[in-house]
Amino acid sequence: MATIETIDVSRAPRKGTRRVLGMPIGLISPIVLLGLWEIAARTGAINVTFFPAPSTILATGFAQAQTAQFWGDLGISLQRIAVGLVMGAVPGVLVGLAMGLFRPVREALNPLIAALFPIPKIALLPLLLLIFGIGETSKYVTIAINVFFLMTINTFAGVVSTPKIYFEVAQNLKASRLKTYLTVALPGALPGIFTGLRICMGTALILLVAVEFSTADSGVGYRIWWAWTVFWVDTMYVGFLVIAILGLGFSYAVDFLERLVIPWHRKHER
Amino acid sequence: MTGKIEVDGVAKVFGDPQRGFRAIDKVDLTIADGEFVCIVGPSGCGKSTLIRMFAGLEHPSEGQIQIAHDNPDRPVTAMIFQQESAFPWLTVADNAAYGLRASGTWKGAESQERVDYFLQKTGLYSFRGFRPDQLSGGMKQRLSIARAFATNPEVLLMDEPFAALDEQNKLIMQEELATLWEEFRSTVVFITHGLDEAVLLGDRVVVMSSAPGRFIHSLDIDLPRPRKSAEIRRTPEFGALTAELWDILGHEVRTARQQEADRIQAAGR
Repeated sequence: MATIETIDVSRAPRKGTRRVLGMPIGLISPIVLLGLWEIAARTGAINVTFFPAPSTILATGFAQAQTAQFWGDLGISLQRIAVGLVMGAVPGVLVGLAMGLFRPVREALNPLIAALFPIPKIALLPLLLLIFGIGETSKYVTIAINVFFLMTINTFAGVVSTPKIYFEVAQNLKASRLKTYLTVALPGALPGIFTGLRICMGTALILLVAVEFSTADSGVGYRIWWAWTVFWVDTMYVGFLVIAILGLGFSYAVDFLERLVIPWHRKHER
Repeated sequence: MTGKIEVDGVAKVFGDPQRGFRAIDKVDLTIADGEFVCIVGPSGCGKSTLIRMFAGLEHPSEGQIQIAHDNPDRPVTAMIFQQESAFPWLTVADNAAYGLRASGTWKGAESQERVDYFLQKTGLYSFRGFRPDQLSGGMKQRLSIARAFATNPEVLLMDEPFAALDEQNKLIMQEELATLWEEFRSTVVFITHGLDEAVLLGDRVVVMSSAPGRFIHSLDIDLPRPRKSAEIRRTPEFGALTAELWDILGHEVRTARQQEADRIQAAGR
């Protein structure tokens, strides 16, 4: 017997964010996890000495947010990241552009960068402490070196992956070298530069915490370490929370900047 | 010097000078000032390589090319590429102005007027503030055409500019290009696969052989201008000229196919 294949809107895939009980599903999973954690802590199923209840952590966090020390830690940590970022990113982008545009520069630097890049930058901290002392400079430089390599490599990749045709348009019209750099190479490298920035923000946080664990007497990372020495576990968790929020914030900030500066790029990916 | 463009014994070899791939073999060609020359030939015959040499993107391995630069206020050449070449980071208006700005021939209000004029002619004026990624494929190609015309070059180079467009858009663009060109009459070198396109647009059609590319025929197109696509296509002359071209080219295309088959078999062994 013949059957009828019905193709209508009921078969169309559902569009938009999946929702459970009216909430986006991405919001449900952390809420469920926190809820289970809270119940487990209150019923004694987990040891609150190591895993304090989320409500306790939040209460501690609110209390700390009233203190000058909390904001002082946050401020100095942000400053270390910001200064390290600028110190590393500006020369990184310039060297990356030069490597992308000039073959001799590329040939001279490529092996060097390939050899130095895999060294975990935190391994250099003792040396940097010898050179710059225990003050802020050694912390800036540790972060900056890491940022420099990431920005160099990603800017270089950005220039190289710019379709050749754009350079040919400039060449055909006899655009000067400087004009070609500014109107083709730099905008062409911007997507790569943003990829670099995105990775930098994540790794800068790791380095920040590592540096503050070992050689600081202030900062979010220092506060976590200090909380261990005095066994203030709640305070430790507040530190984790602050770092998580920073990481999320940086990620959103880079996304926002990217949409603002290179609106043509993301559209292609979608 | 007699012509606008003089090609004198030009050869192009890729790779090793002795054993490398000989794309073009000692060609001579003279293109007169204000002439619209179409170059047709089988795939891989070196016609793109030739126009890229005119554009200054490749250099001949032997011989030389001379292009008369009569007016220092105008760039020598501006190329319209087959691929999309509008800068994604510039607006439509800035893309159209890019040629004049990049070649250092920007002259303020006068140049702006010229850019606006060609944006209007290509139907893009109301999209001035848009970015290329917001445009359709046909609009992007029109933008490349606006950029090249606005640059006001002594020689316009077009490397299969409509190859990526659908057939209907192509018909419209051919006619628009013909109208635009008839207004300015700059020298044009136009590379194409389309024999009808070549006959429709050109004052002369030059046929290239299969690789290594040589010029094997030159056909004058005496059809009256202005040329309206639909009318011209109905005339017996148009059919006769297109057929004559195919008589010559068909043989070359078969040769090119055999060469290709041989090459692939040799590589597979």
